[in-house]
Amino acid sequence: MKINVDRDACCGAGQCVLLAPDVFDQDEEGIVVLLDERPAADQDFAVQEAVSMCPTGVIWVDQNA
Amino acid sequence: MSDLLDYPIPSDRAIEPPPEWEELRQQCPVAKVRLASGGEATLLTRYDDVRAMLTDGRFGRVIPSGGTGVGSQDDGGTFSNDPTGVMADEEQHQAWRRLVNATFTAKRVQALAPGITARAERLIDDMLAAGGPADLVPALAFPLPVWVICELLGVPEDQRERFPYWSDTALSTTRYSQEEISAARQEFGAYMAALVEAKRAQPGDDLISELIALVDQNDPRLTAQTVIGTSMALLVAGHETTASHIAKMMALFLGDRSRWERLVADPSLVRSAVEESLRFDPNAGFGMVRWVDEDIEIAGESIPAGTTVVCSLAAANRDEGTFEGADEMDLGRRPNPHLSFGAGAYSCLGQSLARTELQIVLAALVRKVPSLELAVDVESVPRKEGLLVAGFDELPVKWEE
Repeated sequence: MKINVDRDACCGAGQCVLLAPDVFDQDEEGIVVLLDERPAADQDFAVQEAVSMCPTGVIWVDQNA
Repeated sequence: MSDLLDYPIPSDRAIEPPPEWEELRQQCPVAKVRLASGGEATLLTRYDDVRAMLTDGRFGRVIPSGGTGVGSQDDGGTFSNDPTGVMADEEQHQAWRRLVNATFTAKRVQALAPGITARAERLIDDMLAAGGPADLVPALAFPLPVWVICELLGVPEDQRERFPYWSDTALSTTRYSQEEISAARQEFGAYMAALVEAKRAQPGDDLISELIALVDQNDPRLTAQTVIGTSMALLVAGHETTASHIAKMMALFLGDRSRWERLVADPSLVRSAVEESLRFDPNAGFGMVRWVDEDIEIAGESIPAGTTVVCSLAAANRDEGTFEGADEMDLGRRPNPHLSFGAGAYSCLGQSLARTELQIVLAALVRKVPSLELAVDVESVPRKEGLLVAGFDELPVKWEE
């Protein structure tokens, strides 16, 4: 499982950081920074929650990568 | 003409949605409605359609002059006006947003949490000390978000009794006349222009000082007028919506007290309960508005160029196609991809701050006042009318003393 983000389309809402702070952060412009593209299994639920709640839909998980 | 649905849809129920939401989603997901301006608009109510519209760059954020506005006043209302001057152009908006985002990142906001918690606890203590019943709006729901946004922007609290009037006029659909709105906008603008000049002379550790310093360094992304407009927009957005939602959230939890009892029994539900209160909100106000300047197809219907498109975020949040048991309030619902903060490039800039404030308020009330209950029937509480935001003007509560 590999997490991908599209920083160009990120609006900086910060929802992913609130949900999974070990996986996502924001830079000084609020734009998503991926801290861990292959997090441990205990982050799966939080990552899925961040994917579904991202207002711009810029986080996606590649299950086969 | 006469059978055209009026929007917002009038509702006489305090914590239940109007039945039209379900009818529209099922039978007429792309509906023609009449706004307070008298003009026609297209209304979307299904989750997938609303989300598609909000994330589609072809739907413009500012209604141009001559387009159907949302308010009864001559200038068309809030969505026809843009004090920041950056909303209409996608690239300009993104550059502006990335500047302002810095103040509202999740970590900056979380660093404020201890201070917000202390302020919330003090307001609750003052309310308890004064004795019940109390009105939760002036005791807590209003002063907390006002204090927070004033701290962030660097706005002194001395003028804060004017903020509700400035906010309400800025968000009016039918409550105020064009004359009143224009006068209030001028007064508010003059106040903010003077404040920005004062910050330029004597900067503080706050957003307005940061932005005006960038203007003085000739940053191409900003002008002094944009800083004034941004400060006005953030001051309104930063307290009005959060203040309204604190009262609406508490009306939902206390209006069916089994919800409140579940929260008292399990405070770990606070975070998901806040999200569910945002999804479930039956008094969500107007929704979001967009403008199309080309022919667009959505949900199999064509929308002609020159149409004002309204989306009911609240109706979308009750779409059974996305939310199982959509008409049930499930305090543990996760994930909860509701649209109450919008979606796409223009989604709420302050949503991390709003979430944090709402979680802090709810956790503090659960912890300090578990016996809290409404002091009156929720149906008898007066509701805001004629504004883009909806909610309660007051919320009488009591507790075991």
